Amino acid sequence: MNGFLIYVAKRFGQLVFVVVTGVTLAFLIAHFSPVDPVEQTLSLVTSFGATDPRSVEILRQSLRELYGTEGSLIEQYFLFWGRVLRGDFGPSLSAFPTPVMTIIGRALPWTIGLLTLATLIAWVVGNTLGAIAGYFRNSRAMKVVGLFVMALQPIPTYISGLTLLIIFGFLWPVLPISGGAQLNLEPGMTWAYISSVIQYGTLPALTLVLVGIGGWFISMRSLVSNIVTDDHVVYAELGGVPSRTVFSQYVARNAMLPQVTGLALSLGNVFGGAVIVEFIFNYPGIGKLMVAGIYAGDYSLVLGVTTFSVIAVAVAVFLIDITYPLIDPRVKLG
Amino acid sequence: MTEVLDFKPAVTQAQDVLTIRDLKAYYVNDMFGVRREVRAVDGISLTVRRNEVYGIAGESSSGKTSLIKTLAGAIRPPMRVVDGSVNFSFGDTHIDVYAEPEKMKAARWQNLSYIMQGSMSVLNPVRRIKHAFNDFAFRHMGLDRRAFRQRVESHLQKLGLDPNVLEAFPHQLSGGMRQRVTIALATVCEPEFIIADEPTTALDVLVQQDVLGLLKEVQARLGSSVVFVTHDMSVHAAITDRLAIMYAGRLAEEGPTQAMFDNPQHPYTAHLIASLPRIGDVSTRKSLAGKPPSLANPPSGCRFHPRCPIAIDRCSKEVPEMLPSAIGGRVACFRAGEVAVK
Amino acid sequence: MFKVLRDLLRYNREFLFGSLLIAIILAVVVASYFAPYDEMMTYAVIPDMPPGSEYWLGTNSRGQDMFWQLAASMRNTLIFGIVVALISRVIAIAVGLISGYVGGKTDQAIMAFNDTLGALPNIPILLLLVFVLRDQMTWPVLALTAALLGWTHDSRLIRSVALSLRTREFTRHAAFSGMRTTQILLREHLPYVMPIVFFTTMNNLIWAIGLEVTLSILGFSDINRPTIGGMIYWANAHSAMVAGIWWWIAVPMVAVVMLFIGLFLLAMSVNEYIDPRSRLARMGA
Repeated sequence: MNGFLIYVAKRFGQLVFVVVTGVTLAFLIAHFSPVDPVEQTLSLVTSFGATDPRSVEILRQSLRELYGTEGSLIEQYFLFWGRVLRGDFGPSLSAFPTPVMTIIGRALPWTIGLLTLATLIAWVVGNTLGAIAGYFRNSRAMKVVGLFVMALQPIPTYISGLTLLIIFGFLWPVLPISGGAQLNLEPGMTWAYISSVIQYGTLPALTLVLVGIGGWFISMRSLVSNIVTDDHVVYAELGGVPSRTVFSQYVARNAMLPQVTGLALSLGNVFGGAVIVEFIFNYPGIGKLMVAGIYAGDYSLVLGVTTFSVIAVAVAVFLIDITYPLIDPRVKLG
Repeated sequence: MTEVLDFKPAVTQAQDVLTIRDLKAYYVNDMFGVRREVRAVDGISLTVRRNEVYGIAGESSSGKTSLIKTLAGAIRPPMRVVDGSVNFSFGDTHIDVYAEPEKMKAARWQNLSYIMQGSMSVLNPVRRIKHAFNDFAFRHMGLDRRAFRQRVESHLQKLGLDPNVLEAFPHQLSGGMRQRVTIALATVCEPEFIIADEPTTALDVLVQQDVLGLLKEVQARLGSSVVFVTHDMSVHAAITDRLAIMYAGRLAEEGPTQAMFDNPQHPYTAHLIASLPRIGDVSTRKSLAGKPPSLANPPSGCRFHPRCPIAIDRCSKEVPEMLPSAIGGRVACFRAGEVAVK
Repeated sequence: MFKVLRDLLRYNREFLFGSLLIAIILAVVVASYFAPYDEMMTYAVIPDMPPGSEYWLGTNSRGQDMFWQLAASMRNTLIFGIVVALISRVIAIAVGLISGYVGGKTDQAIMAFNDTLGALPNIPILLLLVFVLRDQMTWPVLALTAALLGWTHDSRLIRSVALSLRTREFTRHAAFSGMRTTQILLREHLPYVMPIVFFTTMNNLIWAIGLEVTLSILGFSDINRPTIGGMIYWANAHSAMVAGIWWWIAVPMVAVVMLFIGLFLLAMSVNEYIDPRSRLARMGA
């Protein structure tokens, strides 16, 4: 147990390190940018006509406080940290005065739902096919599957996404191609709403699955074809252990461990969002939020989403790391 | 301790558990248009009898591991059996290993078990020891789960192992422990035939003694035949009844162990024995000139001739056949018996 | 080297096919230097012409010949990818070799930094940078940024090899014979990591081009400079699919798929050539 605590403490140290670096980087990029968020916002506001110089001055003052651009660099830095720790990134500009955190909170379930599901499906399908292809290397059917998956692998997200969009949106319009759910439906645990969410999620999820499968397939296949020649597998075969047991318990189970680590990492990255897919399918997640924020010139939203992503990814990876010893009995603690 | 069997030239077929005839197994490497053959096993014939420990000795890369992989039906591409046959006889069951893979599969662990080289890594690292016993032995025993568990526990106790090891993961055991566990695993079904490939090589000397004793004891109790492979001649002296010496993919000599140690017929055998340290002998051990030959491009004639101290002209031109030797074995040498250990 | 290439071409179908795809793309890139009009020019030809004998790949709604657009875009996109790959290779090799050679506490510190950088999500940080820099975000700046983000994984690979070289005999010999550290690293160790460098370069190239295309599709790069992503951006902006000008979107898509599959096949076959284990596996029964 003591060993486990040391392990957790070490991982926690890494977490803190990553978060501090990420937040500092975000702060520095924002700070040293040639764009002054206060002036930018002011020009945005004044372009609507309110140009009374006194009210502009008052607005400028309050925006300075809001964005924490007062005082020295160090003061601003700690001010920024204070806000990060409180989870307060100020109000969004494009949706004034809704707080950025609220907007992120609204987008988060969409992104997490879509990406978690797509990642899991891609992982399961890719690894199953990869394991079978690695174990039965001379099977003709698996060679065909392998060729197919390998051809899919290098095709980038936007291409698969656009292709699916063209096929199911224009050539054979059977699935909705834009949004997260039907707009006139009341969100809730109703069958109509849930089935709408599933329908709207199919194409973005399918895109992510198609893109994701190849990587898992290839790494699993090569893992398995290496493990097949490991002593313990050869020994089990010599021992007349039934092929099914050898495959599941001796080969797949050992090949699974690195793949579980990989899955954990990709699940952690769920919080980074899937910018392109969400953009193509107009899906209301974090990635879309980020892009919309950039289009709208919404400084606090963009900085907020970036900082949030950095922290959320790091925390997720940390949580997954500390559950890892439960899966692999050999993992060295401490 | 070692029981030396008298050599009986007319052995009846029923007493031979394993018969190998003119076996050839090559590594065939076909890549980027270049074909390369490595003749790891190149025309070997031998028989192993009931209730004997048959040793196979030779330097590393002499082909001894390839030989036993081949006889256990454990070869994988790029290695192939090019010619010859391997037959097992277990009671009334006769199995041609390379013609009847299904029969062979059914016999595994029931009649034929294996203690592998590198026993450190033969146990599945992510499963407990008890699962190994279940996977390997359960279906052969015809017992229910509880009775099976009791049988395994009592078997472990007979071998001086704590039944608690069943709950352990392999990495929690020491190297010696793991090797004892694999011996227990290989003997729990009381097989007629056990193949042991360098089972003591990675162990320190004291543990080695222990493991050898254990193996010998189990063999004696079960009356099984054991093929024991090691490069270590002192281990052969301690445990085997008959001994075969391999050189460059072929047999150089075969015979009763004791007689061979007393009076080696082949110059290579003589060299292997002479290089053993003896108590009270302070002279430096001679080593052979030259390297073991490449199996991809072996020397002509007798493969030992470039390193042989007594080679004659003929040795480089003709391949010597395995012929009966003066000590009741077989030897492949034109000048058989002309060397003696001093 | 020459013999290796010949053998790969003759006996490895993936390599042959990959080289073929890349050769086509390179031919198109070379063609871009012979374009009949300036690539930035709009309304140079009749708009919205479908592919045919006059315009091989058709023309778009902005009055540009798709073939010449594609040629210029492919060139710009490839140059971007190569610049990123080169810069990040230099960093990855330097960090990997030094960290592995020095070892100990320094190695741990460098790797901790390495892993931290690797753990940061790239896209949000890049987008933040794009956001604050706006028009100052020209392609060289973007390339530099991408290079600074894209070396951590590869430096770890190189470092693991360098770590094993450190204790080898020849390193000690070199050190005792008074070779300077930089000389040891460049002359003795660099050749050993070259295969990994080659393999990771391909992957890095794919990653960098993907990044550029992603940002361009979103309209976050200099949209007037023709790039593969930029072509798709303009097609989307003019709703090419709805307007029925499918070739506008199909041409860059097919081109980028060809490029990626080509690079991927090359990377794979080279990796296989380097790694004898997968070569053995290939032979099968």
